[in-house]
Amino acid sequence: MKSLQKIDIAARDLSEEVHDANFIGAKMKSERRYAALERDYADPDKLRETAGLIKQHTLENLDTYLEKAEAALQRNGAKVHFAVDDERAKQVVLDIMNEHGCKSMVKSKSMLTEEIHLLDFLEKNGKEVVETDLGEFILQIDHDHPSHIVTPIVHKNRRGIAKSFEREGLGDYNDDPETITRRARKFLRQKYLDADVGLTGANFVSAESGRIALVTNEGNARFCMAANKVHIAIVGIEKLVPSDRELGVFLNLIGRSGTGQQLTVYNQFIGGPKSAGQPHGPEHMHVIFVDNRRSEVLASDCREILRCIRCGACLNVCPVYRQSGGHAYRSVYPGPVGAVLSPLLAGNRFPELADLPKASSLCGACNEVCPVNIPIPDLLLRLRDKAKREKAGDAMKGTPDLTMWAVLCSQPTMWKTALKMGHTMNYIPTEMIPHPSAMSWQSQRKLPKFEGGKFRKWFKNHKSN
Amino acid sequence: MSSDRDAIFSSIRKALEPIKNPAPMPEWDTELVISRPSGEFASLKDQFENKLKFASARFMDSVDALGEFLKAEGVTIGYCDPALAGRFAGLEGVEIETEYDEAKIDVYGFGITRATAGIAESGTIMLRDQDTSARLAALAPWIHVAVIDEKDIVATIPDAIERFGDDPSIIFCTGPSKTADVEGILIEGVHGPGIQVALVI
Repeated sequence: MKSLQKIDIAARDLSEEVHDANFIGAKMKSERRYAALERDYADPDKLRETAGLIKQHTLENLDTYLEKAEAALQRNGAKVHFAVDDERAKQVVLDIMNEHGCKSMVKSKSMLTEEIHLLDFLEKNGKEVVETDLGEFILQIDHDHPSHIVTPIVHKNRRGIAKSFEREGLGDYNDDPETITRRARKFLRQKYLDADVGLTGANFVSAESGRIALVTNEGNARFCMAANKVHIAIVGIEKLVPSDRELGVFLNLIGRSGTGQQLTVYNQFIGGPKSAGQPHGPEHMHVIFVDNRRSEVLASDCREILRCIRCGACLNVCPVYRQSGGHAYRSVYPGPVGAVLSPLLAGNRFPELADLPKASSLCGACNEVCPVNIPIPDLLLRLRDKAKREKAGDAMKGTPDLTMWAVLCSQPTMWKTALKMGHTMNYIPTEMIPHPSAMSWQSQRKLPKFEGGKFRKWFKNHKSN
Repeated sequence: MSSDRDAIFSSIRKALEPIKNPAPMPEWDTELVISRPSGEFASLKDQFENKLKFASARFMDSVDALGEFLKAEGVTIGYCDPALAGRFAGLEGVEIETEYDEAKIDVYGFGITRATAGIAESGTIMLRDQDTSARLAALAPWIHVAVIDEKDIVATIPDAIERFGDDPSIIFCTGPSKTADVEGILIEGVHGPGIQVALVI
């Protein structure tokens, strides 16, 4: 029996219901993405390529742009913090809350907070935290985790959600999506009004103006900056773009790539605390720039992955993701982007996730749809190489041992001899060779007759001409 | 704290050091990001109207039309930016408050505030914090009415970005608040307005 990779096991064990939810959701979003880009642009690839170059430029000059963003935010009246890792990032958030005497937080969607497990930490330290994105709120009450970057509860259905709402005292069982949404609206409305602090992530940060761009559909990020007096934005250092002008490129790509929308419903550009005459909104804005191994990724030969704008297009189009779903990736970032990013962000736990780069047929669809043109298949190959060199055990599961082949290919004399001897293959019953991969390959195919091995001799004799 | 800052900058610089020729900033023309128009329009206002509808927002160009709409929706009380209130004083059957009372957040059926610009390319309403009399009035009621001066309708998203100025909180609204989190089914009115109106005057 061939040993299976962990992701194959996850895909095999997925219920039909969850499989279909993932598959149909992904397919639908892929189709909408394609339709929106083709409808609106004569040459959508030019836009993607330019966006990729802008991000690559920003990353390769990150120190300069990060300094600029810091200065701009300070000029606007925001306070800027830095955190090297997850522990520090969580502590900074807690310190800010304590400094302002805050007990409760409403937060909008942020993959970085998933990455550093912020909720558990704040709750352990006596703070009340409420996720306000509908999907994330449902995950919070279910103690579950997102399975998709953009549509976090794509693996859930209305019946399960209705049961969770009933359990949490949000009303009698009712699985009508509109009723579910209205109940969440009512419940969360009060939370917004009561909260002391609103926390958001950031989709982009303009280095020139310090503006943080937030991209949402529900309006929850707006509400996290309306009734409360403190706003915290937690930002990965890779989110920078040079100036406000570039936001035009990325806003046009992120909505279309993620959900097929020309623009998401809300695009917010937050540069500092509320304006002087405004009665509502935060008087204090704190921005926390978090590294958490991003600078290690920047130093690696996979730095292109830091261009990622978290649109989820590569997940939706990926044949492996469609079959396995997001949880199969055992990490915060699923799909092709996750197969690259998660092992890299794992640091010395790399071997635990080193099998993920193998979860790809290298078909290249992820690269084709990527709004910042990340060569994901190339990066997957580089990580496979790293796993092999570092002898990451799990990554090799199900892979035939090709040591002999590698020796043969790397020794010119042996290779030449083998080729000369090639015709002897025609007299051996190859299907009897007791090598698992040879047997498996031949179970459905027949090895063709060997007719090679004569070229070198021929070439040698014709060299002088 | 400062040690984290130093550590991050030091690791970034160390990571970038081997890159002898950092990728240059690409030259790009603003035309690149402007989307193909969905039809031929006589004016930016017409295009704006078309795209608003595409984004499930409502277009109106008279106070009377708004009055009819509010009546049909059965709304009787709302908030209005004091600087705009004069225009709506004549609306029958509608009570208008010009001081936002947080205790009445669920009483207000609508909120009327000024929009800084409209974007014809996408049917987007742009709200600048300095031009918005009360953030909650543009966000919490089921109906938000954004009042836009026709001359403030700009053609494209880059045009709108040029109007950011020094405002600390700018919002683009393209349609009503919505979600498709539950089984991909579209529901309007999650946390923000379920009905987004653009009143062009």
